[in-house]
Amino acid sequence: MKTRNHRILPAQALLLAAAMLLMILGIQNGEAQTVLAKAVNICLECIGIG
Amino acid sequence: MDKRKLVQALFAFTTNAHVQGFLSGKIYKGKLKNLCVPGLNCYSCPGALGACPIGAMQAVEGSTKYGISLYVLGFLVFVGMLAGRFVCGWLCPFGLIQELLHKIPGKKIKVPKQIHGILKWVKYFVLAILVILLPILTVDQFGLSTPFFCKYICPAGTLEGGIPLLLLNKSLQSAIGPLFLWKLAVLIAVVLASVVVLRAFCRYLCPLGALYSFFNPISLYHYEINTHKCTRCGKCAKTCPMDVDVCKTPNALECIRCGACVKSCPTKAITGVWGRPITSAHKTQHQEKSAD
Repeated sequence: MKTRNHRILPAQALLLAAAMLLMILGIQNGEAQTVLAKAVNICLECIGIG
Repeated sequence: MDKRKLVQALFAFTTNAHVQGFLSGKIYKGKLKNLCVPGLNCYSCPGALGACPIGAMQAVEGSTKYGISLYVLGFLVFVGMLAGRFVCGWLCPFGLIQELLHKIPGKKIKVPKQIHGILKWVKYFVLAILVILLPILTVDQFGLSTPFFCKYICPAGTLEGGIPLLLLNKSLQSAIGPLFLWKLAVLIAVVLASVVVLRAFCRYLCPLGALYSFFNPISLYHYEINTHKCTRCGKCAKTCPMDVDVCKTPNALECIRCGACVKSCPTKAITGVWGRPITSAHKTQHQEKSAD
């Protein structure tokens, strides 16, 4: 695996920053709580009986 | 055991380390389930410590307050930008299960190029329709919608969640109906397909692989071909389990970064690299700055 002579392109850095911003906005909107509420209960649809 | 198998096994165990769940038939209910895991791993698996990103995406879309999930989308773009489908090859428990199934002795099929060329697009349809559009557009009178992919397709949910929970939890057994039989049929079809075709589900149905594939050409981790070393012997293409012509398209959408091509190359012309190469123009600028 090489790393020398390589760098992050501005577009890649921008996309990574945008992804982090989306995550932060989502968490602020309470989406992580929605995920938690779904994931801590057995998902009947997921296991095929809901 | 080779390095990749070891990483796959360790990651599958780490993300499903709630061992007592497999004994009690109860799932983990802690705060870690706020967090998504990178691979396809049902959050109703008794051992699961985190949330499946595809399930989480549909859970948020299907609630009254939101449309598409910024949180899950951001997570997937971040992981995709780091490594693309490296997740499929190294970190996805369901990918590992399929690889183990493929080790069962018997006839192995190489899907003809033309059929593969058509079928590989099905996973993008599954992502667009079942994971994104239908959960957003079909909202019931209470403002909720169905996680269509999880409910009608996901074989990981049936295998990792449905079967162990139904075996361990008698109250759930009475609720078995036509939907479970349908999902069991899908699981059996995927298992049989995986025995004869390597990673059949990843190739043709997985919406998570479809999403990560968009990042293969632009992710930080990618493959590079040293054109001075490459003799165009074609060994990489022959070895590739995902039928990628590595020499021509080292960062193809189908590549899962398993490294089979890197190992097989007799001249070591293929390398996995973090970051994009500094062009001669950049080098010159860098050298000028250094000289200053």
